[in-house]
Amino acid sequence: MINTLIGDIGHASVIVAFVAAIVSSYAYFMASRAKVEAAGDDSWRKLARGAFYVHAAGVLMVVFSLFNIIYAHRYEYYYAWSHSSNHLPVHYMISCFWEGQEGSFLLWIFWHVVLGVVLMNSGKKNKVWEAPVMAMFSFVQLFLTSMILGIVIGDLKIGSSPFILMRDFMADAPVFAMDPDFVPKDGTGLNPLLQNYWMVIHPPTLFLGFAAMLVPFAFAMAGLWKGKFVEWVKPALPWSHFAAVVLGVGIVMGAYWAYETLNFGGYWNWDPVENAVYIPWLVLIGAIHTMIAYRRSKQGLTASFILVISSFLLILYATFLTRSGILGNASVHSFTDLGLSGQLFTYLAVFAVLAIGLLVYRWKHIPATEKELSTYNAEFWVFIGAAVLCLAGFQVLATTSIPVYNAFLGFIGIESNAALPADQIAHYTKFQLWAGVAVAVLSGVGQLLWWSKGEKNKSTFLDAIMLPGMLTLLFASLIIVLSKLGVLSETINNPVYITLLVAALFSVFANLSIILSLLHKKVTLSGGAVSHIGIALMLIGILFSSGYSNIISQNTSGMVYSREFDDEINRDNVLLWRNGPVEMDKYTVSYHGQYQEVKDVPEYVNRELLFPTNDEYKAIARGDIKVGDKVYFHTGDTLDLESPENTYYQVQYKERESGKSFILYPRAQVNPNMGLLASPDIKHFANKDLYSHVSSVPDPNEEKDWGDLQEYEVSAGDTIILNDYVAVFNGIERIDKVPGVPLAEGDVAVQADMKIMGEEKNYHAHPVLMIRNQMLGRVPEEVADLGLRITFLNIDTENNRFKIGVNATQKDYIILKAIEKPFVNLLWIGTIVMAIGFVMAILRRNKENGGPNKPAAAPRQSRKAQTA
Amino acid sequence: MKKSHIIGIIIIALAIGIIMSSVGDASTYVSFGEAIERAEEGNTTKVHVVGRLKKDAQGHIINMSYDPLIDPNYFAFTLIDTNRVEQRVVYYNPKPQDFERSEQIVITGSMKQDVFVADKILLKCPSKYVEKEIQTTTAGL
Repeated sequence: MINTLIGDIGHASVIVAFVAAIVSSYAYFMASRAKVEAAGDDSWRKLARGAFYVHAAGVLMVVFSLFNIIYAHRYEYYYAWSHSSNHLPVHYMISCFWEGQEGSFLLWIFWHVVLGVVLMNSGKKNKVWEAPVMAMFSFVQLFLTSMILGIVIGDLKIGSSPFILMRDFMADAPVFAMDPDFVPKDGTGLNPLLQNYWMVIHPPTLFLGFAAMLVPFAFAMAGLWKGKFVEWVKPALPWSHFAAVVLGVGIVMGAYWAYETLNFGGYWNWDPVENAVYIPWLVLIGAIHTMIAYRRSKQGLTASFILVISSFLLILYATFLTRSGILGNASVHSFTDLGLSGQLFTYLAVFAVLAIGLLVYRWKHIPATEKELSTYNAEFWVFIGAAVLCLAGFQVLATTSIPVYNAFLGFIGIESNAALPADQIAHYTKFQLWAGVAVAVLSGVGQLLWWSKGEKNKSTFLDAIMLPGMLTLLFASLIIVLSKLGVLSETINNPVYITLLVAALFSVFANLSIILSLLHKKVTLSGGAVSHIGIALMLIGILFSSGYSNIISQNTSGMVYSREFDDEINRDNVLLWRNGPVEMDKYTVSYHGQYQEVKDVPEYVNRELLFPTNDEYKAIARGDIKVGDKVYFHTGDTLDLESPENTYYQVQYKERESGKSFILYPRAQVNPNMGLLASPDIKHFANKDLYSHVSSVPDPNEEKDWGDLQEYEVSAGDTIILNDYVAVFNGIERIDKVPGVPLAEGDVAVQADMKIMGEEKNYHAHPVLMIRNQMLGRVPEEVADLGLRITFLNIDTENNRFKIGVNATQKDYIILKAIEKPFVNLLWIGTIVMAIGFVMAILRRNKENGGPNKPAAAPRQSRKAQTA
Repeated sequence: MKKSHIIGIIIIALAIGIIMSSVGDASTYVSFGEAIERAEEGNTTKVHVVGRLKKDAQGHIINMSYDPLIDPNYFAFTLIDTNRVEQRVVYYNPKPQDFERSEQIVITGSMKQDVFVADKILLKCPSKYVEKEIQTTTAGL
């Protein structure tokens, strides 16, 4: 039965939230006017606050309704049908929620509501900011809720509702003409690539970062609007830190997901969707630096305004890029075009015009100093650092926007066929790498100058830089010499990479020296130094894991083919026959069969032990299922399969020298909509990762091509040769249970017992013959390792002779690609260190801002304790 | 001249340099005809070509060869570009598994002798990340 109530509640709540956002933004706008503020009239503010709470309640109701639709499998709704399915575990239902564009908008709206409520309550006593800041918040919410409004006025469609019913979405489908109350039995499921725990936490983190970017922007706008050109920096700063850490961690989580789930062989692909969040993050980091420098030297206020505003506008631009469908051919994974491009463009344009207009209008009033900064001023280097970050962002922006130029030129009637660079990695690296070098050097120099005591001149600076500089050179030469001696797996001799290594090491040591000197003073101040170490570690991790990534699965088969030409071509994939070892680098690698995930069994189970049933989520055990000595299931037990669509290919790596071995299970599934989805399995070593994925497998949906049936007549104890393998026919026995076939009274089932000697081990095959009312039924047994299928054809009871049939097929194989990623751990460790540094800085900035009732902490000029 | 002005000029110069490099590295969508012309002129920069697979009357793909047993890193097919020009394309990687299902194919690479050597294949599948069809579920009724 169709439940329209929940959808109606949801849709009504969206409308309530939308209207409340209009009321709230208008009322907050009225409350912000100087006249109202001066009169002490807080009726507008009360109204606005009430309206925002109504908005918040509406949004929560929408979230609840949408989740209920997914959770209760209400497939009469398009959203549930297209993003969920019956077998989906609860934690992935959470991912369904934001798989669709509407749900991800909702997530973003939700975080704005949370932050808005926090701001309203934390600033209660400090009433100056609430009205103008919340006016911005409500205004943004007005635009965002309009995206999921789903109402049509005349020809104008506003927003796309997540509560649309199947029959309305697919009004033309014949099934709804027959039965308007038709409800599909199952959904089409969540994109299998998103069925990963990172996809449960990465989107909320990223969107919290997006949402948090609004806070500094709202403060900056409020400052411009209310003429508080200086005061906004203080409350905006901790929020900028918060946004930067959440967004930064969110981006890296996405990178880690890509590393673990996709198979392009890395964590960053320069896809427009990735770039779109990387750019605003860089600019935000730049903004944080100018704001901190401003707080100490009273310089860089205009720059802070510009950077805070542009970082927010870049978020809106990113939203426009990824959701409007403008990327077209350029991206493999942007959202589906919901026809919202007009609305998205309006959203971007309104805020761009508003913010830039206000900035230009107030430009002359923004206080600026004419004082020149000396080269030994830390602030000077901080500004240079911010400029480098912005330039780095600008490069990515200029290239990522190529599809936008095409669209724009097409719009004004000029045909343009520009495409993204063919080699994106080379294109971006040639600038980003040097930006990385500059960032590392500047973060070291800037920090040393920032914390140096007394007169700022050449000699104090030289004093400060001496020790870290020496340590850097020492360490760098040590690493290079070790690599030349072959202690590390790579020889480091690329001068560009050496430059980056030296710069990053310098940043580590310079910042370390600052932490040490702050240790016995006030360690809470060292947040900046800690984050900078994190960034430097990330740079080293990226340098080694990408610069020295090494494909070990080079095809060394030595076969020569007369192809078009034999240039230098990377043959990066190796064919592995089942049980046929291949030498790769220092390993002997072999593939040992297909495995599956079974509920309540800690390891993957060989598919040969699983007898399939009609329900693909259930199987019957063909033998005892044990891990080590512990038996988890006995023969004949029914097993629950976790994800029958996924096959795990057991690949054994054996180090030839030491004899040590380990097993990896790269995963693949052949998805009816998306083809082969292969995910790597990664072996983590302290100094590197070994990353392996299958790049091709025989199509499991294609019927195997069995050769002609060969018949053999045997008696117990006979030895025969089956397709080059020696086999012994031991005899037959009667059985009472046949897996998958219920036996009725009077039925007889016998199984043959055969032993086949394979290259590596012996196999037992038990083909079954059943007799029911003079009719014969056969359950053949497949020995996938040997590519044999054995059928028990007939019994000649008088002479005790048995007839066996054998078909042979091509042996199973996989095509494997394996890559070594040296020191990739440093990237993840660096991220964590960076996050810790940011959290320290937030705590400190918050404390500094003090309780709102304290007299706004008088500017303490004497205090040099500022982190950069 | 103030130091901040010098720095401003450097930043602007770098920004212009970035734009130039972005323009310089940008590839273009071309037809096979143009790709051949470029190769004849000795221009080896990589280009994008959009096309469809060559199919027979029954909709089967023709002239596609991939035999992992001989060479897992050799995949060749015939692509017809938007000007209906046919061209043999070679891809030194395993065949993308959803290749047959694709409606439109974008390849990146350049002409070498008489074949187009692709180093990237982007498939536009009718069902990839776009709306699925309800038939899949109603078929079971």
